[in-house]
Amino acid sequence: MYLGLILDMAHSGLGDRDAVTIDGRSLDHTQLAEYSWAASARFLELGVPSVVYLGTNHVAFPVALFGAAGAGIPFVPLNYRLGPDQLAAQLEAHPGAYMVYEGEPPATAVPGRSADRQAFVDSLDPVGAEAPPPPDPDAICLLLYTSGTTAAPKAAVLRHRHLMSYLLGTVEFASADEDEVSLVSVPPYHVAGVANLLSNLYAGRRIVYIDRFDPEVWLGIVRDQKVTQAMVVPTMLAQIVDHLRDAGDADTPSLRTLSYGGARMPAPVLTRALELFPTTGFVNAYGLTETSSTIALLGPEEHRAAFGSDDPAARARLGSVGRLVPGIEIEVRDDDGVPLGVGQTGLVFLRGDQISGEYAGVALLEEDGWFPTRDRGRIDEDGYVFIEGRADDTIIRGGENIAPAEIEDVLVSHDRVVDAVVVGLPDDQWGQRLAAVVVTSGDADTSAEELRELVRTRLRSSKTPETIEFWPELPRTDTGKLLRRTVVARLSEP
Amino acid sequence: MELKAGLQLKSVVGTTEVVVIRAPEGGATLTSGGAPMVGRDEDAPAADVQPGAEGAVLLGKRYVDAAGSIEVLCTKPGDGGLALDGEPLEVKSAKPLPSSD
Repeated sequence: MYLGLILDMAHSGLGDRDAVTIDGRSLDHTQLAEYSWAASARFLELGVPSVVYLGTNHVAFPVALFGAAGAGIPFVPLNYRLGPDQLAAQLEAHPGAYMVYEGEPPATAVPGRSADRQAFVDSLDPVGAEAPPPPDPDAICLLLYTSGTTAAPKAAVLRHRHLMSYLLGTVEFASADEDEVSLVSVPPYHVAGVANLLSNLYAGRRIVYIDRFDPEVWLGIVRDQKVTQAMVVPTMLAQIVDHLRDAGDADTPSLRTLSYGGARMPAPVLTRALELFPTTGFVNAYGLTETSSTIALLGPEEHRAAFGSDDPAARARLGSVGRLVPGIEIEVRDDDGVPLGVGQTGLVFLRGDQISGEYAGVALLEEDGWFPTRDRGRIDEDGYVFIEGRADDTIIRGGENIAPAEIEDVLVSHDRVVDAVVVGLPDDQWGQRLAAVVVTSGDADTSAEELRELVRTRLRSSKTPETIEFWPELPRTDTGKLLRRTVVARLSEP
Repeated sequence: MELKAGLQLKSVVGTTEVVVIRAPEGGATLTSGGAPMVGRDEDAPAADVQPGAEGAVLLGKRYVDAAGSIEVLCTKPGDGGLALDGEPLEVKSAKPLPSSD
């Protein structure tokens, strides 16, 4: 199964329904398919080995992605916000690539094999373009750089069969009503950006792109375009909630579904959002780049049931990533590889056809197909999955394994704390000691001692940070992932 | 032809094409309009729909047997009802997951 199949299906089944809108301009499914087929012909004629996309969301993104897929070559969306050195290193890893860029051409762009994104689309002749012959289902479809919060970013390999398995396993063709509109604000280089494009296209839901996220613009588009679904990362939802701080209601009656993922959602942000969007269904999606996006989700009814409950155990489900999607198996193991039971926390392993677990040249899958996610988590008696953070983030203090998330959750539960991180710093006596950094709201006056007391009361003294610093903000990636190694580096400065 | 997940097949009685999502164990024959389906890229002589095997296959619909041993997805619509070893396949009622994208 090759990705172009969904374009062929949309071409014949969805035809003149609008597929993508940006800056008020739309392409219908027929046009999108024909532009993409023309792009495939261009890439095949030039004989380029890959296609690099360097820019924000634009119609050129789906055209270049499906163009590369049709030509059977990898599509490589890069993070346009990277520093020059990191970007140069990633560009160097894809010699001879066709480059679609935004604005100024990168230094390594070759005339004839590169174009500004709008010029690229304008240069294609969609009239009479035909679907290219199907590539090998085992061909590489996407190379996506992981966010690199704990180590240098690496390119995850997703093949046609992985993406098709995700799509056919989770989405129904043309299942969206004609009035459904999805607002996409995640960038093209994020797996959620790619998954959003593919799922909505296949469901027949029109995609509206924001090229750069802003809470006011986002709310304006939701209201004006009568958006029915949207996906955000937690930092975006935090900004939306903050923007609406004096409002009783978000005033977005068209919004049926708001999904989120990509990083841990702070409980206060989610609770406030559930109040502000009372008629919207919330969906928490959990997945990794290496798993072709979503492998577990917590649906709208589950959110409302947990939100409306006074029972702490039922309410705790708001912090769950939900249950597995069809075709995925999960196993939680201890550090020695022994499978653990219900409620026990350990390392999360996943198996299924959509899971690649492969990086440029290196396959991480075990012989029987299990993929070590390096996430720590547990499963409750009803199959709900709880993710407690990256194994690499675990702090070992005096032989005790401590997950920073547990302490961070207590810190942000304080009225005036809006963001918090807990890291381990080298310590001669304990091996590692706990250090916290918190961000407080506006003019708030909170002392480190008050916060330490809060943690000591709720958890215990061995989990109480020795030091707590106050910063104006925490370093995060554009998609909201906390850059823990940057925090450690800054705290370790003399 | 052995059915396996990911295999793309076409009808010889019309334009219908399907992709196998879940394959039955052991040998089984998938037919469209009463004639065995063939590989998407195979050359095969056209045939007529056999009496009693009429029916339209609809784009994007999933088709299953009663036992749930096979599931195919229609990627190109056409004539010629689908059957597995003579048992007609039915449209699977779709219950989409909440949209996570």
